[in-house]
Amino acid sequence: MSRDGAVAVRGGGVRQVGRVAVGGVLLRWVVLAVAVGCWEVAARAHDSVYFPPPGRIAHHAYELWFSGPVRHAFFTDAAVDNIGPSLGRMAAGFVIAAVAGIALGVAVGRSRRTYALCNPVLQFARAVPPPALVPVFVVVLDFGTQMQVASIAFSAVWPVLINTAEGARNTDPLRLDVAAVLRLNAVERLRFLLLPSALPRIFAGLRLSLSLSLILMVFSELLPGTANGIGFTLTDAQSRSDLLTVWAALVLLGALGYLLNTGLLAVEKRLIGKGRPI
Amino acid sequence: MKRRQELGLGLLGVLLVFGVCEAVSRAGIVRRSYLPPASEVLSRALELAGDSVFLDGIGATLRAWVFGLGLACAIAVPLGLLLGSVPLVDAAVRAIVEFLRPLPSVALIPLVSLLLGSGTETKVALITYACVWPILFNTIYGLGETDPLAKDTLRAFGFGRLAVLLRVELPGTAPFIAAGIRISAAVALILAVATEILAGFGEGLGIFIAQASLSTDGTRDVLAGVVWAGALGLVINGVLVWGERRLFPWTPEQRERAAAHRGRGV
Repeated sequence: MSRDGAVAVRGGGVRQVGRVAVGGVLLRWVVLAVAVGCWEVAARAHDSVYFPPPGRIAHHAYELWFSGPVRHAFFTDAAVDNIGPSLGRMAAGFVIAAVAGIALGVAVGRSRRTYALCNPVLQFARAVPPPALVPVFVVVLDFGTQMQVASIAFSAVWPVLINTAEGARNTDPLRLDVAAVLRLNAVERLRFLLLPSALPRIFAGLRLSLSLSLILMVFSELLPGTANGIGFTLTDAQSRSDLLTVWAALVLLGALGYLLNTGLLAVEKRLIGKGRPI
Repeated sequence: MKRRQELGLGLLGVLLVFGVCEAVSRAGIVRRSYLPPASEVLSRALELAGDSVFLDGIGATLRAWVFGLGLACAIAVPLGLLLGSVPLVDAAVRAIVEFLRPLPSVALIPLVSLLLGSGTETKVALITYACVWPILFNTIYGLGETDPLAKDTLRAFGFGRLAVLLRVELPGTAPFIAAGIRISAAVALILAVATEILAGFGEGLGIFIAQASLSTDGTRDVLAGVVWAGALGLVINGVLVWGERRLFPWTPEQRERAAAHRGRGV
């Protein structure tokens, strides 16, 4: 069988694939709805304290966070007091990690020597499970926002740094020669050469860092000594055995994780789709 | 640059960082209880290697790690093969998976501790949950990347679905599965340590770190624990990478690509 044959077979299947895709989307939602429905029925029948029905979880989440006055965009005080600080800390930590990671990564990746010099230290830093570092920050910075932002930034910086360095290191040598011939200065080289060629790698790192930031945000708030945040809501509800709030916070975190990842993917698509040289 | 030169430079880098930490602490730029000299931390870490209580703790952490990762493999690989080879099932389950995956698994610690207490079961359950995703997605992704020509050829010779799976798809997917397991190995360590730190009692590396951070002047012990955690992570990753190279000497690029694409989420 020739290669062309295989391609032709695939080409003929395009329309069918399209129909399957539409059917697939439909199937997805139907199956999800059925699964949630089954959970609802089973939970109501069993009346277990630990697994409340999804309807009640949704209602509880609404009551807890989204039934506020219009001038607060329907957010309740609990939402403003807990979701806001969590997101703020996470954003601060992630932005610091991203900026520092990209800057240091480009610096490290520009010369093979620097890369070889830093590589073992970076690999070790990455190998440390991030939650192990949080107690260090607790000792140094005490409980509070500083400690949380520092742990998020310090844990999330490594994937960006290492991936950026790797990306910058693998810049096509031919292009570097061309840049030398064209007498591009350092800033121009960075702008037109190093960053674009490292961009796909940078985004792979950013995705890892984003999920790490979310994890560290929650983890640092689960520790005793914090006073607000989604993680605090979780431990507080746990200590009161308020399972509904625990479940509501979990759903909220899942939705947040989904939204953040989708947002980053959209940014990635825009940037890499346009700016990437062939 | 030669391999030897690279190693030399790397060693120099390690010594530099070590020296800077040592100097910063000894010169009194930061409080000594915040950053003890690197040599003290290192000697404490070495001292712990002879401490049987500490080693038991490491053992407990590693046991949870092995059980959780093993369970995750046992669930994720067959499930991934099923989802990857039957598009209908994949489409049906995909929505549920997409809703479960973005949930940061450390957030499950309070719920699971309410359900299972704060023992090994909690750790294993959490590790399993978190480790299933990278392995599952890498398996599905790898299955999609297997050579269609080879599959068609086998089918043309009259081989059945199972034979195609065993002879082409499974060997082709194995490197991707291995990459997924390597990612999960790191995730498992993160969850083991995180659960232990929050539990605060029992035995384990995380518990050692948590208790040291509560005692006055415990930074040296905390950092020694962190050094151990990092060393553990390095050794685990090193062994897995070595194993992958031995088992699948081909397609290192593909594995890296799969890792970059599917490695998100803990």
